[in-house]
Amino acid sequence: MNWLILLPPLLAAIVITLFTRPFPKLSSYISIAACLVSAVGSGILLFSDQASGMLDWEWMNLPGLRITIGAMGDPLARMMLVVVTWVGLLIHFFSLGYMAKDPGKARFFAQLSLFMFSMIGIVLANNLVMMFIFWELVGLSSYLLIGFWFQRPAAAEASKKAFIVNRVGDFGFLLGILGVWATFGTVDFAELEKVISNGVGANPITQGGLMLMALGLFMGCMGKSAQFPLHVWLPDAMEGPTPVSALIHAATMVAAGVYMLCRVFFILDLSPAALQVIAWIGMGTALFAAVIATRQNDIKRILAYSTLSQLGYMVSAVGMAGAIEHPEYGTTAAMYHLTTHAFFKALLFLGAGSVIHSLHHEQNIWKMGGLIKKMPVTGWTFVIGTLALMGCPYITAGFWSKEAILAVALEANPVLCILGFVTALLTSFYMTRLVIVAFFGQPRGDEVEHAHESPLVMTVPLVLLAIPSLIAGYLHIDQFIAGGKVEHHVDFLLLGGSFVVFAGGLAAGWYVYWQKNEEPLTFGFLKLAENKFYFDELYAATIVRGQDLLAQAMAWFDQWIIGAVLVRGVGATAGLLGQCFRLFQNGMIQTYAWIFLLGVLLLCLVMGVLS
Amino acid sequence: MSELLLICLASPLAAVTAIAFGAPARKSALIAALVSLIGTLVLAINFDPTASGYQFVTETEPLALDSFFNIQFAVGLDGINLPLVLLTSVVGLAAILAVPSRISSEENQAGEGGYFINLLLILFGAMGAFASLDLFYLYIFHEVALIPTFLLMGYWGNGDKRFSATQLALYLMTGSLILLGGIFAFYFSMPEGMQTMDLREMEAVMDGKAQSAVLPLLVVGFGILVSLFPFHSWAPSAYANSPAPVAMLHAGVLKKFGIYGLLRLAVPFLPEGMESWTNVFCVLLLMNVLYVGLVTIHQKKLDFLLGYSSVMHMGYLFLGLFSMKAIGLSGVILLMVGHGLSTALLFGLAGEIRDRAGTLEFSKLGGLATKAPLLSFLFIIGAMASIGLPGLANFSGEILIYFGAWEAGLYWVTAMSVLGIVISAVYMLRAVRSVFYGELSPESGRVNDLVQWKERIPYLILVVGLILVGIYPKLILKWSETLFGA
Repeated sequence: MNWLILLPPLLAAIVITLFTRPFPKLSSYISIAACLVSAVGSGILLFSDQASGMLDWEWMNLPGLRITIGAMGDPLARMMLVVVTWVGLLIHFFSLGYMAKDPGKARFFAQLSLFMFSMIGIVLANNLVMMFIFWELVGLSSYLLIGFWFQRPAAAEASKKAFIVNRVGDFGFLLGILGVWATFGTVDFAELEKVISNGVGANPITQGGLMLMALGLFMGCMGKSAQFPLHVWLPDAMEGPTPVSALIHAATMVAAGVYMLCRVFFILDLSPAALQVIAWIGMGTALFAAVIATRQNDIKRILAYSTLSQLGYMVSAVGMAGAIEHPEYGTTAAMYHLTTHAFFKALLFLGAGSVIHSLHHEQNIWKMGGLIKKMPVTGWTFVIGTLALMGCPYITAGFWSKEAILAVALEANPVLCILGFVTALLTSFYMTRLVIVAFFGQPRGDEVEHAHESPLVMTVPLVLLAIPSLIAGYLHIDQFIAGGKVEHHVDFLLLGGSFVVFAGGLAAGWYVYWQKNEEPLTFGFLKLAENKFYFDELYAATIVRGQDLLAQAMAWFDQWIIGAVLVRGVGATAGLLGQCFRLFQNGMIQTYAWIFLLGVLLLCLVMGVLS
Repeated sequence: MSELLLICLASPLAAVTAIAFGAPARKSALIAALVSLIGTLVLAINFDPTASGYQFVTETEPLALDSFFNIQFAVGLDGINLPLVLLTSVVGLAAILAVPSRISSEENQAGEGGYFINLLLILFGAMGAFASLDLFYLYIFHEVALIPTFLLMGYWGNGDKRFSATQLALYLMTGSLILLGGIFAFYFSMPEGMQTMDLREMEAVMDGKAQSAVLPLLVVGFGILVSLFPFHSWAPSAYANSPAPVAMLHAGVLKKFGIYGLLRLAVPFLPEGMESWTNVFCVLLLMNVLYVGLVTIHQKKLDFLLGYSSVMHMGYLFLGLFSMKAIGLSGVILLMVGHGLSTALLFGLAGEIRDRAGTLEFSKLGGLATKAPLLSFLFIIGAMASIGLPGLANFSGEILIYFGAWEAGLYWVTAMSVLGIVISAVYMLRAVRSVFYGELSPESGRVNDLVQWKERIPYLILVVGLILVGIYPKLILKWSETLFGA
């Protein structure tokens, strides 16, 4: 069964690349068929009670290190599989419409399939090395898809940036894996859990060592889930085609970091200090990104910062799990929000894609307006997604999952809880702004006048995503993930707070932006947010510039000190060099070469005789 | 079966003779390379991974020098040199097939024979060096391969070819001499009566002090051949200025001789020497990874970038060696193969671009993926292999080296080496960005894709190798399972 889920997308990618590239239609169908097989497979797996996978293929086996390509069959993996494959499937369909006229359609679908394969691999991974392998492959497919329109300089730069920033995270991840292996003697999750619950590591390790190890693993998450300070690549990644932003940079790949944290939580749990760091970085990212999101004008960038912010929530929930009575509630809350977020954020991105497609690649919300009348299906499903993201009480899935995280925060740390509420307030505000400016009010510009609803192949996925965005809260996803142990305790402080921030943000957004044709808020601090707090500039001026200066200095040193003085300056060498040049001036390089061989042979003989 | 190894070794030499007597050069070379490849493949299939010692051994009567050195020509294969012999024949075939336009052009018909003779001699020397079981022959075969390298570079190279060839010759000659000293020191430091040049008869009997004295000579001697910091200056300019097939053969195959030598001599017979010098050489190998890595970032031309990048990755191989653990040493073997294939692929494709565009400067190239999608696709595979992407051969080697070094307790060295995965991504993706992405530049507009199958095959062979070893590293690992005292 697991093979049947993992391999079809890979097969599709290979077949398209090797054979069907000249036939874009056929290629897209192959890709969709493969995704369908995986999706059906994961659906069956979700309801089967298969404890662990049948997939078990030995990749390497060396003394003390056995690496397999295997599969996890626990609820965590099964839930995630369903999210990845089904959201993926809808996005495949949507892409049929969105990429219909692109000359690179076949390449697009091949890369999409490659992504599906890699992402499923991460979810199934039953050991850290396998996870790292697919982790990197996901990085590759993300790189290829961000740079899909590689002729555009912005896309080319963005793809490079994404890969390199992710590599920084992977550097820590890999060291974390090495640390885990050296400490506990295995990389296999099941064995690790056994070793750790028995409390015997293969090697002793200090609390500081444990913290470094946990933070190393967390660095992997910081890269992939774009947590501060490695968040800079995600907004730029919006240069990729919009379905890619929906699938990879909103619903699935960026959630892989959170998934990984839940997967290795029992290791992170050994270091409360590391969990503290994770909780604060997560919540910090959530707030920081929400502030920036209030000041962006590009529809995709607003959604990108909102993704950062929501991922921050999830990461923080994992971090806070260490400080509460039932740690599994923390990870469950994170996965719960991951699931609902995948639905409504994919919906929002596809909605944005539908708009962008219809407006011929206009992405500035101030040049839209009144779209709800032109594109009713896109518009109203977008509103549903927005409500879910804002956490509209009771009727949306986002409410329940956000509530779960805030409940964890309330128990873990009041300050983090307050920050969580502030973030929720901002979320409500910027999403109201987005919807009101883009979809209501007067149409601004010719493109909007001529806008029309997208074809069915694009709107049906929107509707299909809108349904779980509303009702997923009633499906007991959290109980499935936790194995049926989550208690719902109704806390009026939480409920009341959630209601207030939802309504407050909505009202404020409404009051400020209703019927406005340009940004009404202009004061000093907002300039900072508008420029993303200048992190791109800061990194460009320090890290990138520093690295280039260092590289330049080293290159100079290599050329003039190592290459010239040290090597050619040495007396004996210089003498030989002189002779050599004389030979070359006679154009007799071959003479020289043969003399050289003769000399060597002679030397051998002499040494032989002497002995 | 043991004659087959001799046939593989002799076929390039036979082709050289045939060409010298007027046989069509290109065809003869191709046949010889094919015979070698098929032969080594048959040997690989028939190799028994469970047996200990060397297989397919052929030996001659000892030479007259017997009384001093008991020199004896003998060849044979085990889990260490079988992958390298296979690598040699694979890259050899690709190099012979990837003929630069300058060689195949009409005006150069006369020179074609000379070109192929030299190429075949490199192949012959490399095969011999890896297959020999006698230190003397091991050394001599390597020299045999070096000389045609200088000649090819001097005659058919690009840019400042004379200077590069001189520098290369000087450098490698110095290295070889130090190495020769090292080999003699190695020989004479063995206790009386145990002295032998025969790899099969050597035993780890040297005392610790002697080991520590001999080791640096060997590491520096071999190290110069592998471009260990600070003896790396020859490599980038030599590779940039030599014809692509020569760079493929030298960077891909011949350079591994240094690592191979250390794996053969230092690791099994000088373990205490290795240990006592670990700190010093760890600093040097870190310089390879970090310092050379940074220098690579600054390169403005694709060929120099690839040259420096190839130097940088040698640091990993040294790290694996100094781990002295089964995991790390297995990683060294895998990475030698992976690096050989990926380097050959990248140098070969860079040569194709130079042939067509007339330049490899980043500022003049751009947008090639639009004009030459297949070439770009293959290059990106090579680039990804080189920066250690899973699924391609290099990754399997690199990750084992990290594990091995970590196991050996070299935490800081490993951690800093792992930084290399960021550095290599920075320079390689910059290169890919400048050459293949973006808008099409006029120079890039001149680049036609690899349209004919004969242009594609050499690179496809290498790509297939990279993928096979990447997905199923056991192909190679199973041969060395019984080695390294696991």
